[in-house]
Amino acid sequence: MSAMTAPASSWQRRERIRLAWRYLGAVLVTAFFVFPIYWLVMISFKTPAEIFASPPTWYPASLQFANYAVLFKDGDAVTVWNSLVVAGVSTAAAMLLGTMAAYSIARFRTGGDNLAIWIISQRMAPPIVIVFPVFLFYVWLGWVDTFLGLIVLYTAFNLPYVIWMMRGYIEDIPLELEESALVDGCTRLAVLWQVVFPMARAGLFATAVFTFVFAWNDFIFALVLTRTNVTTFPVQVTHYFGGQSNFWAKIAAMSTLGTLPIFVAVALLQRYLVRGISLGAVKG
Amino acid sequence: MFQYWLIWPAVLVILLIGLFPILYTLMVSFQNINMLEEDRSFSGFMHYAALFRDLRLWQALGHTLIFTCIALPLELLLGLAMALLFVDRMPGRQVFVALLVLPTVISPIIAGATWRLLFDNRFGPINQILGWLTGEPQAVLWLVNPNFVYPAILLAEIWQWTPFMFLLLLAGLANVDPSQLEAAEIDGAGWWRTFFQIVLPAIRPVLAIALLIRGLDLFRLFDVVWALTKGGPGTMTETISIYAYVQGFQQFETSYTAAIAVLIIVLLSILVVAALKRMEIAR
Repeated sequence: MSAMTAPASSWQRRERIRLAWRYLGAVLVTAFFVFPIYWLVMISFKTPAEIFASPPTWYPASLQFANYAVLFKDGDAVTVWNSLVVAGVSTAAAMLLGTMAAYSIARFRTGGDNLAIWIISQRMAPPIVIVFPVFLFYVWLGWVDTFLGLIVLYTAFNLPYVIWMMRGYIEDIPLELEESALVDGCTRLAVLWQVVFPMARAGLFATAVFTFVFAWNDFIFALVLTRTNVTTFPVQVTHYFGGQSNFWAKIAAMSTLGTLPIFVAVALLQRYLVRGISLGAVKG
Repeated sequence: MFQYWLIWPAVLVILLIGLFPILYTLMVSFQNINMLEEDRSFSGFMHYAALFRDLRLWQALGHTLIFTCIALPLELLLGLAMALLFVDRMPGRQVFVALLVLPTVISPIIAGATWRLLFDNRFGPINQILGWLTGEPQAVLWLVNPNFVYPAILLAEIWQWTPFMFLLLLAGLANVDPSQLEAAEIDGAGWWRTFFQIVLPAIRPVLAIALLIRGLDLFRLFDVVWALTKGGPGTMTETISIYAYVQGFQQFETSYTAAIAVLIIVLLSILVVAALKRMEIAR
């Protein structure tokens, strides 16, 4: 009996040592990837004296909200609101148009494979190549530095993503459900509204969050197409970098303000994260 | 009819922003428009000829390739190593993975701004940590010194996007058929042999997708470099996207920038087709 347990316990010990090494690795790796975010958030709570201490201090003596208060007092925080409006409205528009198109492609094979591939290829062009012609076009239309202009651009830029992702989610829904609803006398539109949308709810939600994040995080489109009226928060952050000195407190506070909502949103859809960022190629 | 009613609004919007402006760019690239004049008559291939004499353009393309060729393999290897570290169950794994996701979902311009604060020679922690390691105070000018600016940008870039590779490869590894792994273990195959003969072929499609997505992203690299150096010192870290931006929106060389945009589209199409072909062959 003891001859049986001896190798087992040594195997157990080896496993335990292996696990300890893995934990060490996990902690070190995670520390490296979280540290810059920690540093950014800490700066936003520091006093000027703590920010400009050399050598730097790793945490503030007490949490100061003054850096945030300044953003609201000076009106800079309105750029976060601008981002919210632009990203929110363009997401709603892209989801509506995109899901309709995705349903058409998924269920009727509209346009065959070529249309689907053409649509996703629109997503691969570098933003600078998209935004330069759009800028010329917008100058002509008078859409530069308007909410409408930015919303239309984000809607168009995100549409291929929505169509591509929603096509995948709709194809996951069993066809029988729709067929039986049609047999029961539902119209096509009613099937879409009462069967497809509820069934694809999780996919709709995940796709909408990613679409929102793309628009929210964008810098180059907003940089080119806005001046002073529709400045979004990423553009505002770059205004705080001066030639000689940087407004550290504002950079940190504005960045934190604009990043925390993203963290919350992404935490809500851990399950769909991999599928979302891999353009549906990896189902997780 | 119903199917076309569903699809035409989306196609119209994509055409409006995706196709029409690109055709317009093609037209502008054959005209002569800049800050000083607006000559809309056909001026031939003047700007395309100028592209070939433009040293700064080819240098920008070179910088882009340097960033891509260094960052892409490093992100892949680090992401793979991390995925292997986390693929087996361990208590608290979900928490680690949730934290590791964070860099990838931050706006790239904010990631760049964050690293700019970290790299600060006096108030940033990187020189401080280096000082601890070397035992004497360090004051490296990371974003100004030509020797350090590439490693600095690459560090920020790799920090942000390694978790992307990690997440995809972790999902790929989780889908490897466990019965095959067991069979290999029973046959007495070592870890490396199992990895190269079973795991690697199994995650190959995921690997290809991850490389394609990140490769295209790196080709249009703009935000992180813009936040850290704006292409400096001088034009040392200028990428092709930054150069196009400078020509179009700071020098107002409208027609010339249109020609650059057309060049980028052509180069990118070649790259994408080549990449897709290779992936077909590999499969």
